[in-house]
Amino acid sequence: MSAGRTGLGPVFRDMKRFLYELSESWKIAASQMRSNLTRSTLTALGVIIGIVAVTLMGTAIGGIQVGFDKSMSIFGDDVLYVGQWPWKKVDDWWNYRDRKKIKTEYADALNHMIAMTPNSNLMIAIPTSSVIRSVKYADSEVGNVLVRGTVSDYIITSTFDFKEGRFFNDLESRGGANVCVVGYDVADALFPSASPIDKSVLINGQPFKIVGVIARQGSFLGLFSLDSIVVMPLPAFQKYFTAKSEADILVKVKDKTKLAEAKDELAGLMRRVRGLPPEKKDDFSINEQQALKSTLDPIKNSIAVAGLFITGLSLFVGAIGIMNITFVSVKERTKEIGTRKALGARRRTILLQFLIESTALCLLGGIIGLGFAFAMCFLIGIAFPSFPIQFSTGLVVISMMVSVMTGLISGFAPAWTASRLDPVTALRYE
Amino acid sequence: MSQNSTRPVGPLVIDIENITKDYVMGKETVHALRGVSLQIHKNEYIAVMGPSGSGKSTLMNMLGCLDTPTSGRYEFSGKNVAEMNDDELAAIRNREIGFVFQTFNLLPRSTSLRNVELPLIYAGIDPDAREEMAIHVLHEVGLGDRMNHKPNELSGGQRQRVAVARALVNKPSIILADEPTGNLDSKTGEEIMTLFEDLYQRGNTIILVTHERDIAAHARRTVHLRDGLIETDHAGFIPELDLVALDRP
Repeated sequence: MSAGRTGLGPVFRDMKRFLYELSESWKIAASQMRSNLTRSTLTALGVIIGIVAVTLMGTAIGGIQVGFDKSMSIFGDDVLYVGQWPWKKVDDWWNYRDRKKIKTEYADALNHMIAMTPNSNLMIAIPTSSVIRSVKYADSEVGNVLVRGTVSDYIITSTFDFKEGRFFNDLESRGGANVCVVGYDVADALFPSASPIDKSVLINGQPFKIVGVIARQGSFLGLFSLDSIVVMPLPAFQKYFTAKSEADILVKVKDKTKLAEAKDELAGLMRRVRGLPPEKKDDFSINEQQALKSTLDPIKNSIAVAGLFITGLSLFVGAIGIMNITFVSVKERTKEIGTRKALGARRRTILLQFLIESTALCLLGGIIGLGFAFAMCFLIGIAFPSFPIQFSTGLVVISMMVSVMTGLISGFAPAWTASRLDPVTALRYE
Repeated sequence: MSQNSTRPVGPLVIDIENITKDYVMGKETVHALRGVSLQIHKNEYIAVMGPSGSGKSTLMNMLGCLDTPTSGRYEFSGKNVAEMNDDELAAIRNREIGFVFQTFNLLPRSTSLRNVELPLIYAGIDPDAREEMAIHVLHEVGLGDRMNHKPNELSGGQRQRVAVARALVNKPSIILADEPTGNLDSKTGEEIMTLFEDLYQRGNTIILVTHERDIAAHARRTVHLRDGLIETDHAGFIPELDLVALDRP
């Protein structure tokens, strides 16, 4: 007992004792849970519900994130969009309203300048022009279809695949042939049982022969379908749909890591196209996926924070249950605490013991809750395949950590009370 | 019991000088101990007697390092206990004192073996050595065949034997028994006292706190407390004297 006042001896012994006390505490916790099965189950239920709520909210947020990223990827991260309006909320909308319209002819001018610029960061400019029309075939009709005129190179800037057929070719594009490519929803509504290829649909009373069907793309943030679309050669579009059309120029960049330089270069070219004197501000907007993301991210994040806060409340209620039951446990076992202290348990030992009891309860609740959440995600995934739900290992780790933290925090006050009990009073307690 | 031999005493273990203990109860201060001096040596078998309210329990708490005195000096094997903090006291209790309680105070859901191992866990002994030591003392108290029984599967006498084994397992300097037979019938009580006599003969130091004269009669020295003071302190158990000491109004 008197040996080793100096050196590592006492430190090592202390560490060893700590480990033994730790394993002893886990055993006590397990035996407590076994012998108070009903009570432990009910208390753990609070944590289970909390963890299920938080985990499901986490998966929903993960799903929203995935859906969001998927929607964003439609725009491509290497494409700049020249338009009249910026893709963000503006407070001075009147300054944008009177801007000159973007014209599809700008694309030719831009492509000419890009060709003349050595080491240009830009690859190609694509004109697009769009209107909303309805599309007919025989007795069927689909409304609110985005009809877009563009050139055959449009395929370079887009991210879609073909279900069947092809995009219109350069010849059809230049000649303004009455051909079109339809989105999945349009094809599905007009040709539920037959192939739409080589059939002619009527738009504005004009027949357009279908050469390709785009594979399903889903919706943009669940707001509008990306599959309700018809794409046709620009000259044909201009022949029939000039009124109220909105033009955009899509510019693909060569190297997406140099997006900022490309954007500056494009702004310069657009100023030349528009013939702006140096003192005048840009009268056009160059948009990109990233800008849209940074506009929408705060909205998405506040949804996430609010959701987690509200579900976090249910976990908080579970934590109060744990705290309560640990207080009861300390009260019931006052005499045992006294005995343990008489036998040499230190304050730390008792603190550790009750902290581990509350943590074990929370951890058990967390594991069961996670199991439920996993099963529910699985069932939701089967029942609603389109519902964005994302169950990740990261989430498992986080919810386990949350469980442990809940146990430690809710167990602390009762455990502290227990560790401070006077051994004489505790031994006398009946 | 006096037919058993009295062993020669060893070095000083407990040295108490003029300790007092006050409790504040509401607005009143209770003077539980008013200046007690006591020296206990290794290999003594001593009974502390006194009616309730005499300060007997308070003195026992002091001797067991469960509490510290308000004033006075208390040295345990030369270490000053009066100034120790909670954790230092816990360490002293763990290594130097083996407690035997009136109500046994066993952990109800643990086997005899695990109950006896408990002080060794707090001492940081390896699991294997722990088990070995616990098995050894359980054999010593005659419970070699009850090691895997839980307290509710044991008789009262067996439970108290487990408690005695638990008190012995750390090879403490003193065994402090607080009314060890109080919850037992007289026959079982006698068996436990025979066990204590046996422990004493094997060189243990025993402090017996009791109000029963029959039990105190087993000790080799008797200390009587009254009103927070030591009234008598003499060798052996003198029936007339101890009768008078207890029953005097």
